[in-house]
Amino acid sequence: MYSAKVMDHFMNPRNVGEIEHADGIGEVGNPVCGDIMHIEIKVQDNVIDDIKFKTFGCAAAIATSSMVTEMVKGKTLEEAEKVTNRLVAEALDGLPPQKMHCSNLAADALHQAIQDYLSKSRSAE
Amino acid sequence: MVKVYLDHSATTPMHEEVLKAMNPYFVDRFGNPSSIYLLGQEARQAVEHARSQVADLINCSAGEIIFTAGGTEADNHALIGYALANKDKGRHIIVSSIEHHAVLETAEFLAKQGFDLTLLPVDNQGTVHPDYLKEAMRPDTILVSIMHGNNEVGTIQPIQELAEIAHQGGAVFHTDAVQTVGKIPVDVKDLNVDMLSLSGHKIYGPKGIGSLYVRKGTRVASFMHGGGQERRRRAGTENVPGIVGLGCAAEIARQEMAQEAKRLQHLAEKLIKGILQSIPDTYLTGHPHNRIPGHVSVCFKYVEGESILLMLDHMGVMASSGSACTSGSLEPSHVLLAMGYPHEIAHGSLRLTLGKSNTEEQVDYVLEVLPPIIERLRAMSPLMK
Repeated sequence: MYSAKVMDHFMNPRNVGEIEHADGIGEVGNPVCGDIMHIEIKVQDNVIDDIKFKTFGCAAAIATSSMVTEMVKGKTLEEAEKVTNRLVAEALDGLPPQKMHCSNLAADALHQAIQDYLSKSRSAE
Repeated sequence: MVKVYLDHSATTPMHEEVLKAMNPYFVDRFGNPSSIYLLGQEARQAVEHARSQVADLINCSAGEIIFTAGGTEADNHALIGYALANKDKGRHIIVSSIEHHAVLETAEFLAKQGFDLTLLPVDNQGTVHPDYLKEAMRPDTILVSIMHGNNEVGTIQPIQELAEIAHQGGAVFHTDAVQTVGKIPVDVKDLNVDMLSLSGHKIYGPKGIGSLYVRKGTRVASFMHGGGQERRRRAGTENVPGIVGLGCAAEIARQEMAQEAKRLQHLAEKLIKGILQSIPDTYLTGHPHNRIPGHVSVCFKYVEGESILLMLDHMGVMASSGSACTSGSLEPSHVLLAMGYPHEIAHGSLRLTLGKSNTEEQVDYVLEVLPPIIERLRAMSPLMK
């Protein structure tokens, strides 16, 4: 059902946890549908210096969260904003069709975290 | 690698004796039971012998057994067949809200054809109280269908009392006993039911075969048309090897049930106790005592069922869950929701159903590997504060 890459990211998720004094926080999903993705970022000179996630959900939800953190760590905010849910799924060698909807929201959580950082830094100026 | 199969409510491995009994009917004794020469009549005898073996298991007469292609067909046959044959008497049907989809979706199909459908509620342990049924009965109620044992949470229903209420109101009573036949005594006279569904592969028999018991005198429309088989109620050449296998499985179950139920109950109690003691924020779902022997169902807060299943599978443990991801829909188990569990808890359900192959050592192994899995997933969960 799942690709080897999905299983790898599910069994050995990268960047799990929280960041102390995170610069941006994003959270999507809700407990009713069974998936919540929470992403925190640390930004240094417009670059995602550190990123951590916590996810409640199925293997696809955990694997996409893990994958998105790996894809954008060390990238500029502009590069990170170009990462879409579809690109995350592709990087995992695909997801089963029924998982494309609710379990594939990790990029949305990332974009929310970036927006959160941008609005905070704007109000700080 | 360790392999622990804990999904006996999904299906069971076939008993070696069952396979042996079936074997001759594929090649050597391949005859059609409707043929008049010896080869056909041997097959006929085998089918009728199996029919009495199944009848003996549930204490009915052989003529009251219709062979079907499984539990789902038996449920469809009972509901659609009875509703169609008795629609002049009334158009109201009652089923419980925690039925297997084979009953639930069949009842919904009938509702679309113009029948009135009432779904009965359950309490937080999954029991349909006789009072709920009393309130729902109407003068035009023709059929009540309430399952004997629930597949997801294991709760056993007070069928005798429920059937009594249906009968008092002039309706017939069907029960889906797929999860209880062969595990606890199921006696159609004692339960006082008019129709009962059972399945082969849940009792160490073959897949693709089941039975519907129809009490003598109950009018049920034919389910399949195109031949005189099963006394014109279910046309089509009989699945002779499957029927022989079901008969053999029924006979073995009848002999071994009492002892096996005791053993499974002990193992399940140990498993439930161990899980509740070692993992905080865990709920036993279903009735605490009045449940199918060997049936363990729990919900873990803050984690999701499919993730638990995959991590258990990685450790060689095969189980199931009622989470949305495993139910194939966006909704978690309709059973847990009907029992009043909120979505986020229903998503974290795990079902472990024990059977013949399971040992005390395997239970110990599960109790060793399960707590770290839940802990690991909780460490990853944003719901865990």
